[in-house]
Amino acid sequence: MTEIFVAKAAQLKDGDRRIVRGERGEIGVFQQGGAYYAYSNICLHSGGPACEGLIMPLVVDVIAEDKTYQGQVFDENEMHFVCPWHGWEYDMKTGVCIGDRKQRLRKYEVVQRGDDIFVIA
Amino acid sequence: MNTHVPPGEPREVRFDEYHSSDALRNAAIAARKRNYQDFLIVDVDAHHYESESYGEVFSYIESPVIRRQALESAKRGGRSSMLGGSVGYQDIGGRITRHWLRGKEKVESGKHRDITTTLRWMDAMGVDYTCLFPTPMLFLGTHPQVEIEVAMSRAYNRWLCERILAHEPRIVSMLYLPFNDPDATYQMVKDFGDKKGVVGFMVTAPRYKPVHDNAYMKTYRLLEEMGKPISFHAAYNWSDQSLSLTNRFIAVHALGFMWFNMVHMTNWVVNGLPERFPKLKVMWIESGLTWAYALMQRLDHSYKMRTSDCPSLKRKPSEYMREMFYSSQPMEMPDDPSILEATFKMIKADTQLVWSSDYPHWDFDLPGVIHDLPFLNEQTKRAILGGNAARFFGLDTKPVKNIPIYE
Ligand code: FES
Repeated sequence: MTEIFVAKAAQLKDGDRRIVRGERGEIGVFQQGGAYYAYSNICLHSGGPACEGLIMPLVVDVIAEDKTYQGQVFDENEMHFVCPWHGWEYDMKTGVCIGDRKQRLRKYEVVQRGDDIFVIA
Repeated sequence: MNTHVPPGEPREVRFDEYHSSDALRNAAIAARKRNYQDFLIVDVDAHHYESESYGEVFSYIESPVIRRQALESAKRGGRSSMLGGSVGYQDIGGRITRHWLRGKEKVESGKHRDITTTLRWMDAMGVDYTCLFPTPMLFLGTHPQVEIEVAMSRAYNRWLCERILAHEPRIVSMLYLPFNDPDATYQMVKDFGDKKGVVGFMVTAPRYKPVHDNAYMKTYRLLEEMGKPISFHAAYNWSDQSLSLTNRFIAVHALGFMWFNMVHMTNWVVNGLPERFPKLKVMWIESGLTWAYALMQRLDHSYKMRTSDCPSLKRKPSEYMREMFYSSQPMEMPDDPSILEATFKMIKADTQLVWSSDYPHWDFDLPGVIHDLPFLNEQTKRAILGGNAARFFGLDTKPVKNIPIYE
């Protein structure tokens, strides 16, 4: 297990990310809402850079009590990072693939030592 | 995406610059790991955005009146556009970032931008030759003015031949046929069939003219005599009466890209065109594979009871379909690979399937969709990735790509 330097904490603002090189390939490290998350940067679909796309909230169909459709909204309680190659979405908190919830990206632990952020790979 | 950082240094993800090769960095690494440099890979269906070169393309319009209309409309676009467009949010709300980052790519002067960017992604993927098609023009077959389809396609084909194909031997094309005008279709084959890099002709599938109309027979005969293939490139038409019942892009895309090719294929077969033009090579592009698997079974089932409906046929419909060619993308990937294996068997993939990327469109495929299949031997993989297409187009089989090194 190696600790890989990611950034100074002050450099990683909300919504920021860095890509670092781990032994098994690249790792994307996100700061989202004050928490850090790190995942393999190899998409489970076709090997795209899974951590290098947009960060978007979950999209929800609004279905009323009477089961009628009332439009769509973003749910910012569930943020996704989206692989830029074809749009596979991953849950920021778990790495679970939204389109096939049996699959998830390899997750890595992130630690802060003083001002420095490291990922353990 | 910034990749010009020494290995080991953390890098930022940038949304203010773009490079077609760097965006496919992971594909280039995969290509080297799989030794794609050792064998031929041909992409039978990829695209550029001719709309970004409309200024140049429109200057090739032969009619001075239409040329002026087009050039004026291009200045403003939107509501004043002469070409219109199609409803469809292919970039999934911006999630496919290359679609909006592409404009930020820098290229050296001297070569056409489309040649430079196309070669960049081809090399990154491991592609030797690509058959390049337009993008917005895929919908030109539903333009209300037939003469605009003719004028625009002649201008585009001339522009493509002179500005792109003449300068880059790794880029070839099957040229757009203005199918709503059968005489102009015939003339297009006559005028452009011998141009450098023209490896066949293409009909965009969303349209409302039947392929078995007598008016097309002279074109099919000419193509057969010239040894040039014809292909049908799928797309959707959200204004089609049936497809307009769908309310999400996923729906119109999933159905539309199969629908028009299913109709044209059915007409092609039941009217006995394979019997009339036995040497004419036919390819079906961008409908995936499952439609053919299903249609072969549907037509065979009915044919045995209704041979009198299609007396030109000497064999079952599926036997003719198995002699045609199919581009692979977007290749369906069922969880159980034996289902895909059955599809491969049904269409005789070892000789009739040709890999395609559809890059840079949103649902592109890499060569890995074929290379990584557990049920294919090495020889078949190479046939599907390049050998079959080289035979179809008459291309040299020596690999010429230069895969960039990222690791
Ligand atoms: S490789 Fe990530 S979505 Fe396809």
